[in-house]
Amino acid sequence: MAVKTATGAPAPLPGAGAAASPAKTGFRAWLNKRLPVDEFIASQLTGYYAPKNFNLWYFFGSLALLVLVVQLVSGMFLTMFYKPGEHTSFDSVEYIMREVDYGWLIRYLHSTGASAFFVVVYLHMYRALLYGSYRRPRELLWLFGMLVYLALMAEAFMGYVLPWGNMSFWGAQVIVNLFSAIPGVGPALVIWIRGDYGIADATLTRFFALHVAVLPLALLLLVMLHLVALRQTGSNNPDGIEIKEKLGADGKPLDGISFHPYYTVKDVVGVGVFFVLFAIVVFFVPTLGGLFLEAPNFEPANPLSTPEHIAPAWYFTPYYAILRAVPDKGLGALLLLLSVAAYLFLPWLDRSPVKSIRYKGWMSRTALTLFTVSFVALGYLGLQPAEGLYVVLARIFALIYFLFFIGMPFYTRFEKVKPVPERVTYHAH
Amino acid sequence: MRIDSRALLAALLLAWVAGLSPAAEEAAGKEEAARPGADWKSWQANNDVADIASVQRGARNFTSYCLGCHSLKYERWSRLGADLRIPAALLQQELLPPGDKPTQYILTSMPPKDAETWFGKTPPDLSLMARARSRDYLYQFLKTFYVDPTRQTGANNLRLPAAAMPDVLSELSGLKRAVFRDVTVAGEGGQMHEQVFDHFEPLVPGRLSAAEYDGFIRDTVNFLDYVSEPTQTARRALGVWVVLFLLVFTWLAWLVKREYWKDVH
Repeated sequence: MAVKTATGAPAPLPGAGAAASPAKTGFRAWLNKRLPVDEFIASQLTGYYAPKNFNLWYFFGSLALLVLVVQLVSGMFLTMFYKPGEHTSFDSVEYIMREVDYGWLIRYLHSTGASAFFVVVYLHMYRALLYGSYRRPRELLWLFGMLVYLALMAEAFMGYVLPWGNMSFWGAQVIVNLFSAIPGVGPALVIWIRGDYGIADATLTRFFALHVAVLPLALLLLVMLHLVALRQTGSNNPDGIEIKEKLGADGKPLDGISFHPYYTVKDVVGVGVFFVLFAIVVFFVPTLGGLFLEAPNFEPANPLSTPEHIAPAWYFTPYYAILRAVPDKGLGALLLLLSVAAYLFLPWLDRSPVKSIRYKGWMSRTALTLFTVSFVALGYLGLQPAEGLYVVLARIFALIYFLFFIGMPFYTRFEKVKPVPERVTYHAH
Repeated sequence: MRIDSRALLAALLLAWVAGLSPAAEEAAGKEEAARPGADWKSWQANNDVADIASVQRGARNFTSYCLGCHSLKYERWSRLGADLRIPAALLQQELLPPGDKPTQYILTSMPPKDAETWFGKTPPDLSLMARARSRDYLYQFLKTFYVDPTRQTGANNLRLPAAAMPDVLSELSGLKRAVFRDVTVAGEGGQMHEQVFDHFEPLVPGRLSAAEYDGFIRDTVNFLDYVSEPTQTARRALGVWVVLFLLVFTWLAWLVKREYWKDVH
């Protein structure tokens, strides 16, 4: 059977690398008759050509997949000891921390993993902003990625509620209440989501069900679609050039190298560096000064005692700052929604003739810089109390945040861009 | 533990200004001596959970002075004994309340209902207090009790104003009075007067000297820090090996990568 690669060129013969010949007998032949193992390896790894000029930014996709596995495995072990319920959740988490052998390790892997997931996903998304990876023909790839991000936000929010600490409780209170801003059905919808008139046992148990069954399955499906779409279009690269347009005599992209072994061995180095940093957090600063695990969450949920000020986990704070910057609750909730949804429209907002920031003009560069500063600043402001100068700053940065998107069709179209080279920029080491 | 950036900035600025001249520094030192306790908000526990002897003393302090009202409901006596290297016989003899078994959790014998009647609220479980409120918070709390005849317990606290807890350690620390000064601040609708803490004045000396009492509190906070996460020493010890392994792994992975990528031009 002829194997087609993503480039449309015939793949090297099945087997690890072009040198291997197809096994005609033995277990491997037996297996391949029944399951397309070699065909899969050839089409997805050895015969999949990726641009050779990937830089540091290109580690975060594989790292996101790695963190997903860390979360699935550590989460599975946590479910063996965690007991959802308003009278059992908090105690069972402490039981895991103290009485389960290496329970503390599993719990810290999971809590640190949640934050690490957002770190790598944000960097992964930022890479797309830098190099225009959301542009034609990768619109669906970008949309599936965004759906992964949205599912991840829901997954993280519900996971945050499960330890049933005081911040879990009040965070859930604030976030779920946002739905009451929807005209008409809002208040009824909030009761339907909570399953009670307040955040209660019913809310906790349904969040558990969604967190361990529904959302992980949705995440896996979306990640798979994201990867299938990636294999279909091929990866973008820092120059924003389509490597498939320059094929060699052998039909392979001139600037492409096979994903395996080149990028597998390279990604393993990224995995190593990532795990070093990850382990430093897990073993030496698991709370990261209250950013990864907040102090009020070491007190059990208490509907009668509100924490001094309620801040969501750090990965939601940019949007939270936008919400609080608006005096009107309904409008604030709408802007919160728009601030997340805005990314969905990027493929159609960007009208530049070039993809990569390397060849875009000064206006795009300035816009992206201002956006970056705003996003980080909003993230910081979302952790601070909403008062005085903080609110004023949040409004200014929220405005810049939205102008980045609203202005994009204009500044990308009218600016002067630099000429894009024929071939990718690569310096052999 | 959230870092208040404004406070941090102010502190840095103050430190910088104070450091400008030796005279200013000297004046600050003199002022501190003249106004004991004025800087209580900057007091730090500086405890070390790896110091087993200190944690052991803290456990002794806890059972003598805290366990009457407060529980450590997530910690077992046997776990405490094992982690603090206290022999079973000694644990039974010195720390365990009569009738309790080592496998039981560390629970107060005070009935919660009675406690609520007596104090207005049930004394909180202290298992996680060092993580929920921070070690420095506990240290400051236990060192800033003062005599206040307006309170039912006769005592008040700077760290937790109107605390329900009586000054149970006063026999050790002695009694002290808090001196407040009147400060005028701009408030809504004109000038407002505010009572701001200025310094402590000793009234009756306790059984311990100031330095001894400080050590006593540090040990106790150290113990509560240990209880808030009994695995923390093991966590750090294991972490060193994990990180070393990962560094070696990453180095080897990089060598492999470099070898493969020699083909790429």
